[in-house]
Amino acid sequence: MIDARDRQLLEHIQFGLPICASPYAEIGRLCDMPEAEVIERLTRLKQQGLIKRMGVIVKHRQLGYRANAMIVWNVPDSLVKQLGGHISRFSFVTLCYQRPRQPEWPYNLYCMIHGKDRATVLAQLEQLVDACGLNGFDKEALFSLRCFKQRGAIYQNPTPALADG
Amino acid sequence: MLTSLHKQLLNDYQRDFPIAARPYQDIADALGVNEDDVLSAFTELNDNNFISRIGPVIPPNHIGVSALLAMSVPEQQLQAVADKISAYPEVNHNYEREHRFNLWFVVIASDAEHLLAVIDSIEQETSYKTMQLPMLDDFFIDLGFKLDLNND
Repeated sequence: MIDARDRQLLEHIQFGLPICASPYAEIGRLCDMPEAEVIERLTRLKQQGLIKRMGVIVKHRQLGYRANAMIVWNVPDSLVKQLGGHISRFSFVTLCYQRPRQPEWPYNLYCMIHGKDRATVLAQLEQLVDACGLNGFDKEALFSLRCFKQRGAIYQNPTPALADG
Repeated sequence: MLTSLHKQLLNDYQRDFPIAARPYQDIADALGVNEDDVLSAFTELNDNNFISRIGPVIPPNHIGVSALLAMSVPEQQLQAVADKISAYPEVNHNYEREHRFNLWFVVIASDAEHLLAVIDSIEQETSYKTMQLPMLDDFFIDLGFKLDLNND
């Protein structure tokens, strides 16, 4: 579990690790924690899966991945977990969530595909539909147009947090 | 231009960046270069806006709460409404998408009460209703994103 000192540490590290020789010592100075404790806590949080991954967070758009589609499906609730598990195994899928249906919105399963262009994303979507047996289910592909704001999830005080909604 | 070192740093250190006293030195050792080369290359990637940061990715809703929200906004007003929404520090993503629901954003807050207060404030300020789509389950095992950087 995450304790108060873990939270304090995550709050300071969420803006990113400094690019300098001893970055964990630097983070430690910010939150008044010895470097060894910073390293020990981060190692444990990662082992426990409370940190999903630790590393470089790339900006897809700037690296040429300009096509981005949020795909939404209406699948039976009894199948959502199984299908979600299958979809998330494809390397071009960058998110896969279940969300509740709404009155004007029948969809309950979401995934995100990032690709270099629209044709590639649509081909990957087709591949996903075939491989996961998603043919019979209603879906929509919502391609992104303008990006008004994008940053790693940053928690406002008093609590830090992280992965993208 | 991305060098082969840039490409290696982008692709190979999304998931298991070293958690050790001298992580950039450890990377340098693994790649057969100097620590200074690695520090410069990361600085360049950061300065050129190719990376948003080096750090932990935490599963949603383990710390704090978040929700995806959608709005349907007339085209002429979209930029102005989007700007108002982006100004909230609790908003971390805000995209226009091709759909009747054309504005999609994520709000992250310390707790459910804070989340609802932010949503309420956004609705009042913009005078548009939101469709609220909190996360129920997360199926994604985030291993990082395999970039194909060879054609750039």
